[in-house]
This record gives sequence, C-alpha cells and structure tokens, in this order.
Amino acid sequence: MSHASSVAPNATRTAPAIEPPRQYPDKPADVFLFGTCVLDLFFPDAGMDAIRLLEREGIRVHFPQAQSCCGQPAYTSGYTDEARVVARAQLALFAGDWPVVVPSGSCAGMFRHHYFELFKDEPQTLKQVESLAARTFELAEFLLNVCRVQLHDSGAPVKVALHTSCSARREMNTHVHGRALLGQLAAVERVDHDHESECCGFGGAFSVRMPDISGAMVKDKTAALKGSGAAEVVSADCGCLLNINGCFEKQGERLRGEHLASFLLRRTGGHKGD
Amino acid sequence: MNAMTDVPAVPIAFKRNAREALADPQLRRNFRGAMDFLMDKRRVQFPDGDELERLRAFGNRVRARALSKLPELLERLDANLSRNGVKVHWAETVEEANAIVHRIVEQHAAKKVIKGKSMVSEEMEMNHYLGERGVDCLESDMGEFIVQLREEKPSHIIMPAIHLNVGQVASLFHDKLEVDYTEDVDRLIQIGRETLRRNFFEADIGVSGVNFAVAETGTLLLVENEGNGRMSTTVPPVHIAVTGIEKVVENLRDVIPLLSLLTRSATGQAITTYVNMISGPRKADELDGPQEVHLVLLDNGRSQAFADGELRQTLNCIRCGACMNHCPVYTRIGGHAYGTVYPGPIGKIVTPHMLGLDTTRDLPTASSMCGACGEVCPVKIPIPALLRRLREEAVRAPEAVPHHMRGQGSKYSKKEAMLWKAWRKLNTSPALYRAFSFAGTRLSALMPSNIGPWTEHRSAPKPAARSLHELAREHLGED
Repeated sequence: MSHASSVAPNATRTAPAIEPPRQYPDKPADVFLFGTCVLDLFFPDAGMDAIRLLEREGIRVHFPQAQSCCGQPAYTSGYTDEARVVARAQLALFAGDWPVVVPSGSCAGMFRHHYFELFKDEPQTLKQVESLAARTFELAEFLLNVCRVQLHDSGAPVKVALHTSCSARREMNTHVHGRALLGQLAAVERVDHDHESECCGFGGAFSVRMPDISGAMVKDKTAALKGSGAAEVVSADCGCLLNINGCFEKQGERLRGEHLASFLLRRTGGHKGD
Repeated sequence: MNAMTDVPAVPIAFKRNAREALADPQLRRNFRGAMDFLMDKRRVQFPDGDELERLRAFGNRVRARALSKLPELLERLDANLSRNGVKVHWAETVEEANAIVHRIVEQHAAKKVIKGKSMVSEEMEMNHYLGERGVDCLESDMGEFIVQLREEKPSHIIMPAIHLNVGQVASLFHDKLEVDYTEDVDRLIQIGRETLRRNFFEADIGVSGVNFAVAETGTLLLVENEGNGRMSTTVPPVHIAVTGIEKVVENLRDVIPLLSLLTRSATGQAITTYVNMISGPRKADELDGPQEVHLVLLDNGRSQAFADGELRQTLNCIRCGACMNHCPVYTRIGGHAYGTVYPGPIGKIVTPHMLGLDTTRDLPTASSMCGACGEVCPVKIPIPALLRRLREEAVRAPEAVPHHMRGQGSKYSKKEAMLWKAWRKLNTSPALYRAFSFAGTRLSALMPSNIGPWTEHRSAPKPAARSLHELAREHLGED
C-alpha cells in the first residue's frame, strides 16, 4: 500500500561520500586536460574556462590534440572491444607524470575505475592504467584538493542548485567537491533540490534506447530544480547538462544549467586574486 | 538449467509496458510515495555510514564464502535436513519443481493449499499449475492476498501490493469480499485476517519460501511480519518449503549479519515481528507442527550464473528489494512493467538466467547506470557492472558466441556493430575526428531539430561554433 512522502526528502536521500579519502599531491607546474567528447562539441567554452581556472593557479595546461573519447559510450553499451581500442589510444596520449584533469566526473571515473576492467587481461597495459588512474582528477577535486584554491566571490547574491552526475558522484565524490567550491563563494547560497541524488535520466545511450523512461526522469529532475527556488543551476557533467538543458528548452523554460568551471570563473572575475 | 526449445523466444514487451505505466499518474504517485517512504526507513536504520560499509563488506564475504562451496553446502544441507526428518527434493526446472509439489499434493489427496509468501513459488507459477489440477491455492500474506484477489502478480518482491493505495484496496475488498467500503487501514487488515484465518485450519498443505537454509544444522529460516508464515508452516499437516539453491548458508553464525542486513534494508526494521526457524516435522512429544516437511531446491537457471565468476555475484542476493526502492527506473514504472517475477535492478540481472537473454533483451539496457542499486545492496552485488556484462553478452557477434549463456547474442545487430566500429575509427584517428568535429560545428545549423525519441522530451543538442580542440589549439598551440 502506498504511503505519504516524508517531509524532508533530502535529509535522507543525499548521497554520502563513497570514495575512500585520497592522497593529494602538491600543486604541479604542468597538467594535461582531457576535454571529453561531449564537452568538445557541445560545451567547448566550459573547457576553455577550465583551462583559464588552471592557468590562473599558475599551471601550464597541455591539451593533446589527438585526444577523443574515454570509451565510456561503447563500454556501457556492451561493445567492450571497441571501447578498449579507443581507451588504448587515450592511455598512450596521457603517459608521463603530469596529472590529468577532467572537467567531467563520469569520464574521470572511467579513467580511474573502469580501465582496470577493460585491460584486466593485459598486465603490461595495467601498469599504464594504474599510473593514469592515480593521476586522474575531476576538475573540482583538483581545484579544491590539489590547487587548494581560495575563491573570492565578486558576484551578486544568488541561489544556486548543484546537480552532480550519479556515476560521477559515486565514483569520484563530485558532490562533495562541488559543494565545497560553491561554499567558498560568499554571495552564493546553495539550495538543495528534491531527490537531489537521483539520476537526471541521461545515462548516455539509455536516453536514446529508453526515451520514455529517460524523459520521465529528466522531467522530474527539471521540475525539482525549478522547485528548489534556485536562480541558477550548476553541474560539472556535460552529459547531464545536455539532457537537463534540452528539457528546459523544450519546456520553454528560461533556466539553463551552466558548467561549474564557467560559473566559478564568472563569479571570481576571471583573474587570480580578484 | 532450462531445457532449450526450438520455439523462438518472444521478448517481453518491456518498452510498451513502461510507456503505459508512465502514463498512469495514480501508479506514478503510488510508487514515488512508497519508495520515498522505504528509502527513508532504511536510511534511519543505518545512521552510521562507516558501520554500514563494514556490515555490507561482511555480508558480501559471508555470501561469497557460501557460494564458493555451494555444491558441498547443498549436500550438507540435504544430509542434515534429512537427518532432521525433512524430505529434500531437487528440481532443475520450474516444471520439475511443480511436478514434485503436485506429487506430494496427490499423495495426501490434498484439495486446499495455504501459502506464506514465496517468490520462488511465483517463479514456478505454482498457483496456476496446481489450480489447473483442481487444487485451490490461497495466498495468506496480506499483500499477496490482495494481488491474488485482483488476479495480478506481485509488483515488488517484499511488498507485493505496493502499487495500490488504500482506496484501491478498499474498493477491492468491498467488491470481492462483500464488506462495507472502508478506508480504515486497521479495519481492512482485520477484514483480510478474518477471511484468511479459517483457511489455515482448512488447508491440507502449507507452502512457504525460505530466507536462509542453514547447512550445518539443517534449519530453514523464514522472516515475516504477519504471522501468516508461522501459521502456514505449522498448522496444516504438511509443509512444503520451496527455495532457490543459492539460499544456503554455512552455519547459524552466518545468518546473524545477513538477517540484520535483510530486515534493515528491506523494510527498515531492526528485526521482523516473526523469525521462524524450522528444523523438521513434529516430534513425538510435541503438541504442534506439521507431520511432514518437504524442501524443494530449485535451480531454474541459477547454475548458469554460478558457472561464471563475475555473474555468480548475482546469487549473493538475499531478496531485500532495496535496489528496487532506490531505482529511479523502478520508481517510475513499477514492478509489473518488467513482465518478470523479479522486477527492478535485481530482476534485470537474475531473470536473463531464468528466461534467457533473448526473452529479456530489453531489461539490461533499461538502466541509466546511475549506480543507486549497487550503492544500497546489502551484500554488495555490483549490479551496474553485471548489467554491463549482460549487455556485452546480448550484443556479442554470432561468430564470437561461446554458447554458455541462454539467449547470448540475441540483441546483436550488424547495423549497430558497424556503427560502433565507425565510432571506434573516428575516435582513434585524429584526422578523421578533426574533420568530423569541423563538419559538426560548422554545419550545426543544418542539424535536424527532430532527432527521433530524444527530442520528444528535449530540444536537439546543438554543437558549438568551434570545438574545444580548435579553441585549445588557438590558446595553447599544437600539443
């Protein structure tokens, strides 16, 4: 039998931190940026803002032009062999000691967790995988724990809702890092939204294969974001942004999700110390 | 394992079912409310995240150890139950299991069976099988009783009637039991109990499921809240327990953490109202209990999962239903849309072994891989990883199929395989990738605004004017 919903859903339904605490290196002089395929084509400005945020910290950013996709779309669709070939190409490009910063949590999670499964039968490759996994950081995590940024908010007071990709949150703790960075912004009030830890319905190929279910999920997600009273929506995962923004647009809503990198840069004047 | 048949498998009409469920606002409200309630109840039971993680790891180890010696434990279970006077039967298929039950029914010339809650009996469609043979089966769990009255199947493995609200049950009782219409929950339960009560005494046979079968002591453990489980297993002269072969644990010590994980994860209870431990029929000096106890151990595809190191983890399941309660897909479409006995995330990974990947072809893909199920699973089944593995098996090219899974390769399509090959080429050839993104960004105005199902709920994504590759090249130089 059905029961009435409780009063404070987010008190019990916000995801806990999953990943065990990680050792962070000192701020390096050089980093790689892995731009990710969705960001490359649909949110390139967010990628540039990520580069500017890193440069502002005095870091040289390297963007290997031969990079493409982490392999996740094929991997989650069950085309493991195809995913492995694409993954191998990225492995070769991001060799060395520099940290790899990824402005998208689920792609970072692919590097950090799923390449082990992809190359489990190749002991030699696994050494490269281990190195890549140890050097991979999601952008917010890197800014917070490696750069140890202290952000100075120069924007007007605003209420902001943060959406974190579910796999990214579970694999990379992106919700913890995103909240901490937003928390540094004096005039930004982060508001919870209903069922915050619930998936927006993207799931890559899922949104195409199961359009009805995915559509119902993203409609609920956009309604919750609207209902939160937030004036702005921020997320650090481009797949979710594509999904959520597409749904906002279809509904004729003015609200759009913005990539966390762009939001942070905009709020902090774009230059160090401002 | 199930017998292979020449009849081509008819895939479950999952997408159509889901579409219908999504269009039913009453169903959507009922599930959302009920799942929120259950999620909150569970969270209250596990206030300490670190302790929960330790307990889950412990539960996982206990299950993994049991499965690592499954054949040996099953033999010990058989020997110790037999020593206790329980008759043990082995069934590879549901047909065999039903035949065994029917044989016992015939031996006792039984006409009436009362059932405690058992998902394995649902797997067997026992009510239907015995009904066709003139035997009356009555469900005594309140939720099961309600769905039986409605001639439906359970929509949840723990709460079979969770898809209904009070008003719907009130109407049902008013229509079928000819009582005054009331939405008073206590009164409705009372009506149900009064109806069921006499049936316990009239039944020739009681049927139940099993939560844990303890090998060392030959004990069948059964948890429940209504007392109907105890009545079904003690009042009728014959008790038949049915269970899957994976339910065996090594000893009573192993039960303690699993029981604690089960009740807290399932209904948010520290312990259930009843914990029944059945170790044999009535002894000479005992006043009650059945004169005969049987256990039917059912395989039904479980050994196919068991044979693979990764897929074996499917059998860790203790059937708490937490993965359903936390699943954003299940919450929106409910249990019936899956068209399977076990719905939700666990249903997606266990049913392909029972019915074949051909029949269940849409189930593994009906997940956004959000990971909520894996996060709450009390025995740490990596459900998303197993879904991915089943997707891999379903699309394996015919020439690469080693035929160790029923229905393997049934979702293979040459067209899709070619698309992924093209995707691979694109993402491993920088020149091709550059040309593609150049075309994609420059010609974005030509992109269709309607790209099939995606645009039913969203606007079409529009590529930016220039890719990050280009912008970064300009800003950072060629790297």
